[in-house]
Formats: sequence, C-alpha cells, structure tokens
Amino acid sequence: MRRTFAPWADPDAKPLIRFENVTKRFGEAVAVDHLTLDVFEGEFFCLLGPSGCGKTTLMRMLAGFEFPTEGVITLAGQSLEGVPPYRRPVNMMFQSYALFPHMSVEKNIAFGLKQDGLPKAEIADRVGEMLRLVQLEKLARRYPSQLSGGQRQRVALARALAKRPKVLLLDEPLGALDKKLREETQFELMDIQHELGMTFVVVTHDQEEAMTMADRIAVMDHGRIVQVATPGEIYEQPKTRFIAEFVGDVNILEGHVQGQENGLWHVKSPSAEAPLTIDDPDEVLHSGQAVAIAVRPEKMVVQREKPGPDALNVLTGEVWDIGYLGDWTVYRIRLATGEILRVSCANVSRFVESPIDWDEQVYVTFAPGAAVILAE
Amino acid sequence: MTRRLSLFNITSLVLGFAFLYLPILLLVVYSFNGSRLVTVWGGFSTQWYGALFRNQALMEAAWVTLRIALLSASIATVLGTLAALALTRYGRFTGRTLFTGMVYAPMVMPEVITGLSLLLFFVAIDLDRGFWTITLAHTTLTMCFVTVVVQARLMTFDRSLEEAAMDLGAPPLRTFFSVTLPLIAPSIVAGFLLAFTLSLDDLVIASFNTGPGATTLPIKIYSQVRLGLSPEINAASTILIGLVTAGVISATLLSKRSVLRSRRNAH
Amino acid sequence: MKERSFTKRLTAGLVPAVPYLWLGVFFLVPFLIVLKISLSDPAVAQPPYRPVFEWSDIAGFIGALDVENFELLTQDDLYFRATLSSVRIAGISTLLLLLVGFPIAYGMARAPERHRSLLVALIILPFWTSFLIRIYAWIAILKPEGLLTQALTGLGVISEPIEILNTEWAVYIGIVYAYLPFMVLPLYATLEKMDDTLLEAALDLGSTPWRSFWTITVPLAMPGIIAGSLLCFIPAVGEFVIPDLLGGSETLMIGRQLWSEFFSNRDWPLASAVAILLLIVLVLPIVIYRDVEARRLETRP
Repeated sequence: MRRTFAPWADPDAKPLIRFENVTKRFGEAVAVDHLTLDVFEGEFFCLLGPSGCGKTTLMRMLAGFEFPTEGVITLAGQSLEGVPPYRRPVNMMFQSYALFPHMSVEKNIAFGLKQDGLPKAEIADRVGEMLRLVQLEKLARRYPSQLSGGQRQRVALARALAKRPKVLLLDEPLGALDKKLREETQFELMDIQHELGMTFVVVTHDQEEAMTMADRIAVMDHGRIVQVATPGEIYEQPKTRFIAEFVGDVNILEGHVQGQENGLWHVKSPSAEAPLTIDDPDEVLHSGQAVAIAVRPEKMVVQREKPGPDALNVLTGEVWDIGYLGDWTVYRIRLATGEILRVSCANVSRFVESPIDWDEQVYVTFAPGAAVILAE
Repeated sequence: MTRRLSLFNITSLVLGFAFLYLPILLLVVYSFNGSRLVTVWGGFSTQWYGALFRNQALMEAAWVTLRIALLSASIATVLGTLAALALTRYGRFTGRTLFTGMVYAPMVMPEVITGLSLLLFFVAIDLDRGFWTITLAHTTLTMCFVTVVVQARLMTFDRSLEEAAMDLGAPPLRTFFSVTLPLIAPSIVAGFLLAFTLSLDDLVIASFNTGPGATTLPIKIYSQVRLGLSPEINAASTILIGLVTAGVISATLLSKRSVLRSRRNAH
Repeated sequence: MKERSFTKRLTAGLVPAVPYLWLGVFFLVPFLIVLKISLSDPAVAQPPYRPVFEWSDIAGFIGALDVENFELLTQDDLYFRATLSSVRIAGISTLLLLLVGFPIAYGMARAPERHRSLLVALIILPFWTSFLIRIYAWIAILKPEGLLTQALTGLGVISEPIEILNTEWAVYIGIVYAYLPFMVLPLYATLEKMDDTLLEAALDLGSTPWRSFWTITVPLAMPGIIAGSLLCFIPAVGEFVIPDLLGGSETLMIGRQLWSEFFSNRDWPLASAVAILLLIVLVLPIVIYRDVEARRLETRP
C-alpha cells in the first residue's frame, strides 16, 4: 500500500533533508566527498555501504556531532550550519544504544522531554505512551543492566522517539541483535515508522536489512553516493559493479560489445562459445567496449541436457560444489575458463528423479532480460 | 571455563597473605599487652588505649593531620578531576607532554625530593611553614593520584552516552552534570579516598614542610618510634587500622547494597 | 551568540589551565629552585644559603653561583657509595619483589572469578593502613629479643637470637613488605587478562608446562613486570623511612643522606645537590615509567 508513496519522483516535492555538495575531511582523510542527497518527509531511508564508506559520518553530521568541511545541510528548508546537536529537531538511536546506566528505563525515556522543560504530567503521559509503543510497560523501573539486548534496543528507540523528532536517525539499529530477533524487529520498526509517519534515516551495512525496510536506499562507497533508488531498482538495475556485488549475490561475466541488433546487445565473452545476447536497452555502448555482465544466481538455469541450437546465452561447465539450503539449492559451476558461477534453484518439488550430481558436465543458461550490462 | 588452582597456587596465596597480614595482626595483639615491653606478653590489658586518649600531644597531632588530609584531599580531588578531563577530553593541547610529565613524575618521585623542593619553594616565596604549607604540598602530590584514577575511568567512558544526552537536548554543561559526573563519581570518590589516605600517611613531605604548631600524627609517631617501641603507638595503630578496615568494609557493603536495592526495586 | 561562545571557550579553557598552573607553580618551579640552591653556598643566616635572589642584582646573583657542592659530591666518596648502595638495595629488593609477587599475582589470576575481587581487595587493604605503622610492626618482629626470635626459639630452630634488625636484610624485608601491592597489582592486571587457552594450546603443541611458562606467560606478562618493577624500584632508591627505622646506622642510602644533610647538618645547598644527584640516577627509569603508564592508559579501548 505504501508503494504509491514516491515523493522523490515528483519534481515539485520539497525535500525534508537536503545535503548540498557536502564534504567532510578529517585531516587528510576524506570521509564524505562532495555529496548531494535529498530525503523526503515520511521516508524510510537507508544509507547502505561497507564500513568506512562515510555513512556514519553523514549521519553524525545530520545529528550535529560533526560539521561539514564544505557544503550545506538543510532541514525543512533551514540551514543547520552551526546548530549544536541539542538544538536540532533530530534524534538518534545509537548503535551501542547509549542508555544511561544510572537511570531507569522511564528516566531514560523522560530525559529528552525534561530538557525541553515539559510539565511533569505531560512527561509522564508521553513516557507511558512510548512504553506502550515498544511494549515495555512492565519494565519501566528497571535499569539498563537488567534488560536483555532486545529490550535495550526498544528503550533506545522509545527514548529517541519520545521527543517526536522531525527525523529519527538509527545507527545500525539491529546490529547487536541475533538473527531471529533482527527479522522480527525489522518489521516492528517499519510498523512504528508507518504508525508515526516520521522520517527515518537508517545507517546499515546489512543489505538484507536495507532491502526489507527502506523506501529508498542510498549505496555509499568511499564517501560518495553510488546510487539512490528503491530496493527493487538497486537489486535489478544496479548502476555499477560495486553495487551489483555488494547487494545480493551476482555472477559477473566479462566481455566486449560486438554490436546492437533489434534492441539487444551482443557481447563476446571468453566464458561462452557464442556471443551473449543481453536485453538492457538503456545502456549506451559502442562496439569493442569492455563491459561486465551481471546475472543474479536465481536468474540462471542449470541443466544436464544440451540446449537446442537456437538457445541463447549457453555456458558449459562442471559441477564443483552443491549446497543444499532447504528452500534453495546452490550449485557452484566451474567453467572452462576457471570461473566459478553461482546458480541457485528453488526446490519446488520434494522429490527429484536423478538430481544433478558433483562433477557432472552441465549447461547454464539465462534469458537476455535476466542480465544487466555494467560499463567498466 | 573453570580454572583449577594448583597446590602451588594455593600455597603462594596463603603464604603471601600471611606475610601481608601477620605483622599487622601481631601489632594489634600486642596493643592489648599488659607489659610496657612491647615484645614480652604481660597479660591482656586495655590500659594503653586509656593512656593514648590522655596523651594531649598525640590527640592534637591527630586532629591536625585529619584537617590537613580533608582539606588537601578535597582540593586535590577538584584539581585532579580537572586534570583528568584535560588529558582525556582536550586532545593535543599545547604543552601536553610537559603536563603529563608533571602528572606522572610526582607519583614515583622519591618523597625526599618532593619534600625538599617544596620547602625551598616556600622559603623562597617567604611563606611561613606550618599547616598551610603541608596542605599545599599534600595537594600537589595527591592530585596526581586522583588524576590517574579518574583518567582511567574516563578512558573507558562511552562517549556516545554524552552524545545521546546532547542529542536529546541537553547542552554541554548540563550533559556533564547529569550524565558524565554521576557516572565517573565512583572514581572521583575513590580518588578522594586515596588522596585522603596518602595525606594521613605521609611522613617525609610533612617533615620538610612542617612548622610550629603543625605536628602531624606520622611526624609524632616517627619521633616516638625512633626512641624505641611504645605500646601507646601500638594502640594508636590499632585504632587507625580498625577505622580503615571498618571504612573499607562498609564502603564495599554499601556499594553492594545499593546494587541489590536497585535490583529489588526493579522487580 | 558570538559573545556566548567566547565565554564558553574561556570556561572550557580553565579546565586544563587550573591544574596545569598548579603543577607549574608547586612542582616545576620548586624544582628549578632546588637546582639554583644546589649551586649556592651554605650560610649561617635565614634562609641558610647564599646568594639570595634579588631583582636588583641579577648579575651578581648569577656570578655567586658555583658548582662547589657537586665537586664535594664527587670528592667525598660517601655520596658515591650511598648512590651505589641505594641502587643495589633497590635493585635486589625489586628482584625479591618479583619473586614474591609473581606467584601471588599468578595465584590470584587463576582463582575462581567470584573470589578475585576479594583477593584484590585483600592485597590493597594493607596499603590503606599507614606505611609508617606497617614498618613499625616489623621492628617488634625483627629485633634481637623480638617476636621472630621468640617464635623460632620456641620451635627449637635456633638457640641464639638472630640479628636481622639494623642490617640490610631488614631493609629488604621492609621494602618487599611495604611495596608488595605495587608489584602484585600490575602483574595481576596483565595475568588476569591472559587467555588460558594459550597455555593449553602450548601444551597441546608439545611444550612442557615449565617451558610454556617461560615462552608464553612471562612474555605476555612483560608490561606488568616492567610497570611493577619500575613502580617499586624508583621510590625504593630514594627510600628514607625503611632504612632509617630498620636498617641501622650501617645502611647507606641516598635518601637518608639527603635527610641528614638537611635536618642534622642544616646544609641546604648540599642537600639540594644530593637531590639533583638522586634525580639524575632516576631520570631514565622515571621517563620510561611515564611512557609505559601513559601508553597503557591511552591505548586502552
């Protein structure tokens, strides 16, 4: 239902947060490099990237703990230049949670409200409301040291939400939780964000987390944004090889453009005998150009029988490894060139007659529309 | 994992602690000796405690010592905490190397040097020796210990707690008083107690910097001990040891109780 | 806003400035004064040295300084022997402290976790009671008719009283006793952090327990060994109370020499010169110690 929400596609929409040509240097090191980015009101926005890519610095500049070396950050049209963290309508949930160990859960949640000098009764109301929201009513008087990791995470969330900030920043919000709890919490965060209609900016290095939760993802590398798009676009139309490899699994085949025919590109690759045919009309390429072809493992088919003569995109190899994951089986196929392809097959039937076995000679195919061409 | 103590480990612990505590124990036992000869047992008696309290000079020295210790430890705690904050929170300010040098050197510097140099300084600025010169000297020595204790705590302090407070709207000064200070308070108290004890204990620096009317307990005890063993000193020592032991035990119990109480409140 | 940030910076600047100034005035300046007085001559006056600094006659003041006291220190071999003997006594004491302290620290580190904080408290507790009293306690034990002799005669080990008090042995015992916590605690801190599986891995790879101790435990405990040794060695060199109360008149130590030049002979310039000499002996260990400590504190996570 929220798929109709796409303010970034509307040229008249005013962004809530705007980074304009922002650079941050720490001495010689450049953490954020001439970065421009818009985030819209009500968005669940993810900053995704490997550690050291500058995503945390970006978030800390938004919170006010770091100031840009160059460029301007605006929030709701107002410049944040020189505004200290305690005067910004932005709150943060810290990666370590940063719960005050000498204060009970309710005191932690009330801390920000007290700074605003709200009347006692209102603070109590708001704390109660927050405790209900994160389902911790019974633990109000406990101290952080007496809570489990998941409970601490909820307190940190409640504390950051209590002031009803314009923007909530979440630094690796699920990083310290175990896998099962992480999945549950992802959906809870989405529900809370939806319920409050607040703008969330999440920093994470976990692409699955970003894919699940975000309206849009900004993939960062070396202080720059490589692509900003919806999770679907990031996965299906990655702009660069870095994104294709960072988000999900991918097979990369290298080659040279031979030409275009009926809107399909022909690429000669050492990995395949016949030229590969790729349906990626948006790319502007010229003959002889070196390109990388990215194909997701689930978009490849592995078979024992030799495909017919007019089959497109046929690769030959032998089974190197088989990993049975229950819902999927992953084959690692070794091509004559020594490259290893990763092909995953959904296990749609419980019984398979003579399954493909180790060391067998097999054929791997994919449709022209399954692949993306990435200019080198 | 469960480690097992070997026979060697147990023996070394038992012998080690016996070595540490036996002399003190003997001292305490012989304070209840009826005989004037300290090392010859003459039956149980508490007479030396009575004599001790009638010893006006000793009582006066104790009172001076206590005042000096309280005053110098208080100033040292403030200065030491500031120094610790400077060392952990101010990065590389100018003269930092000299500053760390001045913080660490007095802790290992032989007391005779510190005592002599301060005395010569007080003579040079024409300050009369006595209560204040000892207080100033003790403050200088003990603030370095406070610095190290508080600095150790600040080093492990999670800065994101302060950032969280500021993020929630608390300006720097309020952040310091509502988050930083309560959390480093135990180390500040520990620093104060250390400074207090060091001041109570000091003989050498006090001897250099003392003047008329400012005889501290260690100076008094030292001059009596030089004349030979005295059962009164045993009694005075026993009281001091008793006070310190009671203090340490009650501090431990108090901190345990407050932990328990906060647990109980939670349920 | 601008005004405010200026006063803010001023108050923020006070945090390092106040302790810095205090140490400058009460630690650094006194030091320079010691240096200056060590270059002066003794006098029967108040204060008992010449020249006395006066702003009106700086040239005359500087002209009156000389190195006479240091010449005396090199001529009279008493000071040379006292220095040597101080370093020797402190060195032997430090070795003894390592021998006594290591097994204790090792035992503490291997004790069950729930007992460890109690053991640490027990090591620290004597430190909170007066140093002077703890040394005093040993006089009664070590003196010729003292408690040790009584106990050993009672057990039939000896028939003659043993002479320990007023010998160097008493000084060793006193230093080891008084400084033991300073040796045990740094050792314990490093040993406690040590991963037990390292020793198991060494044994698994065929090293004997004895060899594992020397190739695994000792190298890993090195920071503690260095810190503990320096923490004991440096103050021991300048120790005054222990040799004075336990060592008798025979035990030469430089701290004692300084004390008697000052209090008995009232020769302040010579006492200052002895202080400078002591400092020269200790400057290297103090610098090393400062570096070790600063690094330990600042590289902690």
